[in-house]
Amino acid sequence: MATATLNPTATSIPGRFGAYGGRYVPETLMAALLELDEAYADADADPAFHAELDELLHHYCGRPTALYYAKRLSETLGGAKIYLKREDLLHTGAHKINNALGQGLLARRMGKKRIIAETGAGQHGVATATVCALLGLECVIYMGEEDMRRQELNVYRMRLLGAEVRGVNGGSATLKDAINEAMRDWVTNVRETYYILGSALGSHPYPTMVRNFHRVISLESKQQILEQEGRLPDAIVACVGGGSNAIGAFYEYIPDANVQLIGVEAGGRGTALGEHAARFQKVGGGVPGVLQGTYSYVLQDDAGQVASTHSVSAGLDYASVGPEHAMLHDSGRATYVSCSDEDALKAVVTLSRTEGILPAIESAHAVAEAVRLAPLMGKDKIIMVNLSGRGDKDMGILARELDLKGASPITPKGSL
Amino acid sequence: MPINFANKPGIIAYLTAGDPSIAITREIALAAIDNGADVIELGVPFSDPLADGPVIQRASERAVAHGVRLSDVLALCKELREARPQCGIILFSYLNPVVRMGLKAFCKAAAEAGADGVLLTDMIVEEAAEYIAEMQANNLAPVFLAAPTSPDARLKAIAEASKGFVYAISRVGITGTQQTVNSDAPGLVARLRKFTEPLGIPVAVGFGISNAEHVKAVGGFADAAVIGSALVALIEKTAPEEAAKAVGEFIAGLRS
Repeated sequence: MATATLNPTATSIPGRFGAYGGRYVPETLMAALLELDEAYADADADPAFHAELDELLHHYCGRPTALYYAKRLSETLGGAKIYLKREDLLHTGAHKINNALGQGLLARRMGKKRIIAETGAGQHGVATATVCALLGLECVIYMGEEDMRRQELNVYRMRLLGAEVRGVNGGSATLKDAINEAMRDWVTNVRETYYILGSALGSHPYPTMVRNFHRVISLESKQQILEQEGRLPDAIVACVGGGSNAIGAFYEYIPDANVQLIGVEAGGRGTALGEHAARFQKVGGGVPGVLQGTYSYVLQDDAGQVASTHSVSAGLDYASVGPEHAMLHDSGRATYVSCSDEDALKAVVTLSRTEGILPAIESAHAVAEAVRLAPLMGKDKIIMVNLSGRGDKDMGILARELDLKGASPITPKGSL
Repeated sequence: MPINFANKPGIIAYLTAGDPSIAITREIALAAIDNGADVIELGVPFSDPLADGPVIQRASERAVAHGVRLSDVLALCKELREARPQCGIILFSYLNPVVRMGLKAFCKAAAEAGADGVLLTDMIVEEAAEYIAEMQANNLAPVFLAAPTSPDARLKAIAEASKGFVYAISRVGITGTQQTVNSDAPGLVARLRKFTEPLGIPVAVGFGISNAEHVKAVGGFADAAVIGSALVALIEKTAPEEAAKAVGEFIAGLRS
């Protein structure tokens, strides 16, 4: 376990998760972050804000999302019962809309007319473009050109929704580079622009605010599992890129010590630095550092240059991780494992063919861990998987990677 | 401490260390000093320079690509200090390379290399207690940024935390050249002066300062001008063996 070296005494500063988090930004952004902090606190305390958000989450987005017992998958694996929290059924196809809608309403309340956002897989970009269309706000989305290539359908969706998509070709042309460019835009247009950050990352108040907008996932799932099973699950599994779906799925269970919290990072194609996005991997993983405004685990070389990453899923392909996950990792409250590109792709097929549910490749990382874990657990145990998004956006990648011909006998590793 | 703006306005020259190479950055820095630069800001190249415009991004990318490390920049600083004892030298870095080395180890190494001060782009005063303590322990000047968006209460805290000088950002935005000195700058410096003057701390203005006319304009309301992207762009377009001469002439021309 790495030891935090920066500001270990500063835990009383707002936005700290243990030693992690904080605000490490160019001074020009500080006034905007303080304004945001105040505006968010004000909105969060206002029942009218929550009433409007809840109403839209219900009628526009389709909350509450189902908690579905994946009977055929569970029986095939022959172990624990697997439940899926169906965030993939939300409007726009992923959990991202929870946060984009919350922040969009906040931006409107603050009188900001211009919205910017970054996107990796395009799900946050689509959610933001959707909310901007709904609220009549100008929308600019930054996206790495590599991600634009592999998530082409989402680029078209964003443009259809009226957003301007700006390609970013710096660095590895993925999520990290899109965030750099969005921050450059924000620092330049800070007076009139609201930045809808899409994960539980960045400077305070973003990690707290984004987590709170996704908390609804665990609020609902807790009630649903109690109704369906009369008890809490033994484990909750979620994929972790920046970590927004995972923190939302974990949050209400943090005090429930008997519920294991398992985050699944992108194991990519190998364990060497540059081949994966597994920040918490013991060897070849990340160490605490500062990237894009927050102190957390960062994949980097020994000179402090941020490493390139690889994952078949654009949404998990990021060198750092939300600071609250760094805290949960160090305290041992959550465990973090990784799943290879290959196993994630197999899990897409497994879930599609056992349940008729096509997961996003990101979410398939969590499914793969459940597939691995379930047979090791008794039939009286319960695993809940946060199915954060649907896989329609991934057809291009899946067609390239899986080489499906008719009902070809693709058999994932293990018992399936 | 050799941070001194006796010539008004002082000239601070920013260089991305290691672009095109550490050896040539050394020649360029010496030429800049010998032609009138009062302070050299040695920029530590970083993979994710989110406060920088395209010119410094490209320079940083080139330096990172050929493996320039914070330790190389510290070694360069030491050579410059030995060669020109009277020139001010500031290390200019994003936080992560410094955190990777360790704050304590970095401050000690910077002092040993003869640096006068440090500017960390993504370090704000609220988070800086440990950093400031280490800087003080090593007799180094922490230089903080002040922005047109910073309200007076922040400017006060920035003035009180800074030593050597305060770096006033002339406009909202990232680094890069522009046609004229931004109209935000005089107002910011006037607000900042209320807090720096009682403490005797000079104010330098940077972002978008690229020629003699800009330097003269800045001299009308501040103590020093920072030239960054204009120099880095000049180095980018000049053959490496000509770069020191070109930069020397450019710096000499700024006060004419």
